[in-house]
Amino acid sequence: MTSTAGVAPVAVTDVRTEDGRRRGKTGYLLLLPALLTLLVFFVLPFYSLIATSLYDPEGSDVAGYEMTFHFQNYWSALSDFSGPLVRSLVYGAVATVICLVLGYVLAYAMAFKAGRWKYLLLVLVIAPFFTSFLVRTLSWKLILADDGFVVNTLQFLQVLGDDGRLLATPVAVIAGLVYNFLPFMILPLFASLDRIDPRLVEASSDLYAHPFVGFFKVTWPLSLPGVVSGTLLTFIPAVGDYINAQLLGSTGQRMIGSVIQSQFVEANNYPAAASLSTMLMLLILAMVLVYVRRAGTEELL
Amino acid sequence: MREHLVLILGLLVLVYMFVPIFVVVLMSFNDPASRNVYRFDGFTLDNWTDFCGPQGMCSALWLSIRIALLATGVATVLGTLAAFALVRYHFAGRSASNLLIFLPMAAPEIVLGSSLLALFVATGFAGQLGFWTIFIAHVMFCLSFVVVTVRARLAGMDDTLEQAAMDLYATPAQTFWRVTFPLVLPGIVGAALLSFSLSFDDFIITNLNAGTETTFPMYVWGVAQRGVPMQVNVVGTVMFLLSVAVVVTGELNSRRRRSALT
Repeated sequence: MTSTAGVAPVAVTDVRTEDGRRRGKTGYLLLLPALLTLLVFFVLPFYSLIATSLYDPEGSDVAGYEMTFHFQNYWSALSDFSGPLVRSLVYGAVATVICLVLGYVLAYAMAFKAGRWKYLLLVLVIAPFFTSFLVRTLSWKLILADDGFVVNTLQFLQVLGDDGRLLATPVAVIAGLVYNFLPFMILPLFASLDRIDPRLVEASSDLYAHPFVGFFKVTWPLSLPGVVSGTLLTFIPAVGDYINAQLLGSTGQRMIGSVIQSQFVEANNYPAAASLSTMLMLLILAMVLVYVRRAGTEELL
Repeated sequence: MREHLVLILGLLVLVYMFVPIFVVVLMSFNDPASRNVYRFDGFTLDNWTDFCGPQGMCSALWLSIRIALLATGVATVLGTLAAFALVRYHFAGRSASNLLIFLPMAAPEIVLGSSLLALFVATGFAGQLGFWTIFIAHVMFCLSFVVVTVRARLAGMDDTLEQAAMDLYATPAQTFWRVTFPLVLPGIVGAALLSFSLSFDDFIITNLNAGTETTFPMYVWGVAQRGVPMQVNVVGTVMFLLSVAVVVTGELNSRRRRSALT
């Protein structure tokens, strides 16, 4: 933003400060509707969720629930559903790592190798994601089908056994997760790679650094902000997702999202569902904090 | 060859991203011979001509469109106002507000959806889940994306043009409508398109708060177990073509404007 210092301030209703921002009540008035919406429909629900997770599980939809600070809800939820919970974290992590590798290659190619096609490629990265998520995920069912092209090829190459399959396996679920969340990785990676001055890389090669050394000493560290935000933007929704697990996997690949969903909607077991949901949020929050601290880019958040 | 290795690998990743789209387009012309709808059996135009054939599909589609339009309208107005406040005004609690706007994008959808449901249950709205609760949920999660998109556009804008207008004795209102607003408009339009597509496509949050209503993603989810009508792929194809058309017109427009300037 350009500085307004030295320019005679023009008469406006609000007073401009040095950084060009105005003081005054108008700012509050503009922000108020959005803030209220978020307070009522985002912050308040969290309070409600935590309260629900501590209700007496004996209650029901009809009889109502009693607040008994029933912390045992957390223990019983954990002992009943630790499988899906751990599985979600593992699938999410694996999918994120694969996304990072694939996304880095494409973002790197776009930023440094694509020349004037850069922005066309960017549009192409986003375009598929304006088509329905569920419709796209269902088409993976066809791609990975038992007598489909992919399975037949892998069987021919002896990668898969003759009765081997992809559908209803963890491979299919993770492939679906990778596919669906890849753009969330590519966009921040591209944004941060595109900002790197190519002369820095040239300088490293002028100083006789091997291209690999140049990459790890120059490009990679400079792209870290993109790596951190891309990883978070991929990992968080991937852990909470259950669409891929349900459409492409079998009951053996059930993820925590579908447990929460079914406890809420089908079992009407609100305290259990709410405690699972709270736990998932806290777990993710804790992992994100540790990760961000490790990666050393606190200024991101 | 080694020079181009990264480019080739990158393009392969891009191809991977397009494979399902290709399948969706192909299957929109499929004439399924049996109940196995995961195989291409023959070419037909029936899915396109008998578009509303599958029971319940078009009403679900219509519900999704209505909710997306309404939620986008509200989220875009509220979000744009908030973005102006955050970029142009000074006040206590700015960073807290920024954090509050960032958090809904960082929370997993299942947590957002279930906490909203917990609120509706606690306040006695459990029996009235439907159009309005879906609408509220969608405004809530679209809002942050609108603020972030418009804010980016505003922050990247050169404010000397506004100063020039005011130096030429434009009133604040004239400056806003003649200079500021047209410059921010592409950001607002982009935010609205993003918001529409987020709302139209949402399944996880909607499914928790929809009661007995069925949106298009919920319809697809429901038929996924039984056998998907091929018309679903027609919807996917049309959505893809529409989004490409929007992007291309936008790109052509900004290119024309750029060449008009030089």
